[in-house]
Amino acid sequence: MGHALTAEQAAARTLFHVVDEHDHEAGGSTLLGFWIYLMSDCLIFAVLFACYGVLGGNYAAGPGPKDLFDLSLVAVNTSMLLLSSITYGFAMLASYRKQVAATQFWLAVTGLFGAAFLGIELYEFAHMIHVGATPQRSAFLSAFFTLVGTHGLHVTFGIVWLITLMVQIGKQGLNKANARRLACLSLFWHFLDVIWIGVFTFVYLMGMLR
Amino acid sequence: MQLPYQDSPVLQLIFGRLSPAALPLHEPILVATFVAVAIGGIAMLAAVTRYQLWGYLWREWITTIDHKRIGIMYMILGIVMLLRGFADAIMMRLQQAIAFGGSEGYLNAHHYDQIFTAHGVIMIFFVAMPLVTGLMNYIVPLQIGARDVAFPFLNNFSFWMTTAGAVLVMFSLFVGEFARTGWLAYPPLSGIQYSPDVGVDYYIWALQIAGVGTLLSGVNLLATIIKMRAPGMTLMKMPVFTWTSLCTNVLIVAAFPVLTAVLVLLSLDRYVGTNFFTNDFGGNPMMYVNLIWIWGHPEVYILILPLFGVFSEVTSTFCGKKLFGYSSMVYATVVITILSYIVWLHHFFTMGSGASVNSFFGITTMIISIPTGAKIFNWLFTMYRGRIRFELPMMWTVAFMLTFVIGGMTGVLLAVPPADFVLHNSLFLIAHFHNVIIGGVLFGLFAGINYWFPKAFGYKLDVFWGKVSFWFWVVGFWVAFMPLYVLGLMGVTRRMRYFEDPSLQIWFQIAALGAFLIAIGIGAMLIQFYVSFRKRHELRDTTGDPWDGRTLEWATSSPPPAYNFAFTPIIHDGDAWWDMKQRGYQRPLSGFKAILMPRNTGAGFILAALSTVFGFAMVWYIWWLAALSFVGIVGYAIYHTFNYDRDYHLPREEVIRAEEERTQLLAAAARS
Repeated sequence: MGHALTAEQAAARTLFHVVDEHDHEAGGSTLLGFWIYLMSDCLIFAVLFACYGVLGGNYAAGPGPKDLFDLSLVAVNTSMLLLSSITYGFAMLASYRKQVAATQFWLAVTGLFGAAFLGIELYEFAHMIHVGATPQRSAFLSAFFTLVGTHGLHVTFGIVWLITLMVQIGKQGLNKANARRLACLSLFWHFLDVIWIGVFTFVYLMGMLR
Repeated sequence: MQLPYQDSPVLQLIFGRLSPAALPLHEPILVATFVAVAIGGIAMLAAVTRYQLWGYLWREWITTIDHKRIGIMYMILGIVMLLRGFADAIMMRLQQAIAFGGSEGYLNAHHYDQIFTAHGVIMIFFVAMPLVTGLMNYIVPLQIGARDVAFPFLNNFSFWMTTAGAVLVMFSLFVGEFARTGWLAYPPLSGIQYSPDVGVDYYIWALQIAGVGTLLSGVNLLATIIKMRAPGMTLMKMPVFTWTSLCTNVLIVAAFPVLTAVLVLLSLDRYVGTNFFTNDFGGNPMMYVNLIWIWGHPEVYILILPLFGVFSEVTSTFCGKKLFGYSSMVYATVVITILSYIVWLHHFFTMGSGASVNSFFGITTMIISIPTGAKIFNWLFTMYRGRIRFELPMMWTVAFMLTFVIGGMTGVLLAVPPADFVLHNSLFLIAHFHNVIIGGVLFGLFAGINYWFPKAFGYKLDVFWGKVSFWFWVVGFWVAFMPLYVLGLMGVTRRMRYFEDPSLQIWFQIAALGAFLIAIGIGAMLIQFYVSFRKRHELRDTTGDPWDGRTLEWATSSPPPAYNFAFTPIIHDGDAWWDMKQRGYQRPLSGFKAILMPRNTGAGFILAALSTVFGFAMVWYIWWLAALSFVGIVGYAIYHTFNYDRDYHLPREEVIRAEEERTQLLAAAARS
């Protein structure tokens, strides 16, 4: 490359501001921002996983995973959450086609699967507490309830968000803002799925091997 | 003081464990402080009412989503809290200077322990963090040629959450007490068994609420820097301050969730009775210490990195040269960002992790001094053969280099595990980290404040009082902390309220003298602000570029208009504004358009106020209020999402008027 600039380059270099400027619409960074937020949330789970990893074997002469976990129940539970991710995908597809009713329908199905997941989880918790395996019983149980419960709390907030969004889509249709929110909740929902795969493997499957 | 009606279950239901006994009426120091604060507060509220400023404050400041105003509010919060944190410091210095021989000093142990905890918490979370965040908030969008941050509403919310945390800490001064655990609240001491009072709960909720703000502002600035740079500004053409801010916000997003999680676990131990960090039922307190330092070590780099950016900007501007070794500066910053994650264990070599683990963390810690050293050389080589103007920001930068290098060297010394076994928890450590935090973070903030003040307010800061402040601060720092190095080498440990050995007293007295010199430095700084305001017409800068600056923030007026730039700048060079000036850039005088701007909203303030109530209710076990405010937070947040009308067009006439005003100012400046 020589030092001389072409006429075109020289003209481009003298341009110091955008002449024909358009509005900087809000929301252009939302998906990136939400993704960054999710990564920070992921770190919260990382800490809880680390705690479970360190404290998960400290039964304090109390019950351990083999005494408490019912893998077939957890398998049903896992399938609820995985199915809800598929149906959320259907909601997204419907939203791309601008079908408000179909989007809402698949959101509702997703929410019901989520609620079923929570119901089964609460049943499992109630059962464990009933047999004396409370969060206070041992460090293992503290770590278990906190990790699994934090995930459940996220699903709960996801459902609240989902219902809010259903109402908003009903009122405003699939406008730009709502499409963006739908995409964010989609990220959130699938993220919770990924976390659950970790919980299922690390806590339940490996717990049975422990 | 136990009052009979406290046993009433109804009152407990309503007030939780809050009772008149929570008011520290038996502590004359606190009562006097409260009276002073109350009188001052009432006077301020009266003044605001008298001059009918409530509407103005609400419309222009409290609900603002302008990153510049939010930045200024962060700075004000930081400076106000600095006064509180420093009051704690000087009380400790006084106590340690007189509590020898027969004298018990004037602070009892209960009070003294709260003071050193509050001092650390306030200085890190509510002084250094708001000041650093404030600078980033104000400067970064201007430096990258953006009109605001990526999420302007979130920015307002973040600020008010940080303030809510500070409010809770201040509450603890007069209602109940603060933690007596040291600033990181290690369990089992911070567990419910050894700290059954409200102190640790104030600590937890203040940090959790402020932490939400910090995390979100990290996400916000990260998205801003990645997505909103002006055309032509590639990553390697970003100003160094923007680079260091980018790295700091990466650290914030990657470190603060760990703090949030570990404090949640501590709260569960305290509120629910779980066994994460207890001594029995399989709990492990060492887990807490590891986790909190996995946040805590990156945190010190969160604080210092943006100031490295400030020093780079200041050195380059006041030497009239491009920064020496720009890319090495960037790489050094990135390397520090990564390394800051693998050194945390050096905070507890003595815990007993074994020789190999300690060696690993000792070596990584020593390695971190290499990129830091590279930075020092970059600044020195920028100064070399530069036309140095010793204005106030440059003076702070030179003071920083001399001070910080010493602090860095004592840090490398502490990184050697066998040496650390001798010096752990001694005053040598205290001297070391004050050496780097005051000499690095605070000096950098003062450099930044003196450098960018004219940008924010349109007039320079007074030089005379700035110099008074500078010399008292710098000399005061050395007088206050060098004796602590000596005492630390003699084996004196930290957080002591009383000493037996009279031969130590002279060193504490010298340190107390240093603290009083710093007090004069702080006073001079406040006078500097006042005097500059009074002399603002004399000190006025009409060009928007008082220092002959190099980066984009100097391309716009001082203070910049709400929209920052009427036209988005196009960047051809790292020192974009310098490049524009060199090549005879002409400011556009026509062709203005209406500009889409975000609308102000009170939602951030309301959510933060509800969070304060929630935190207070949780601290005092007022469960109904906690539930109510929590529902309020969620409900209001949902309600806020139903507002789709968040932008408006700033009319073209407004833009023309503002730009015309600037044209006239520039013409007047050119004539004179």
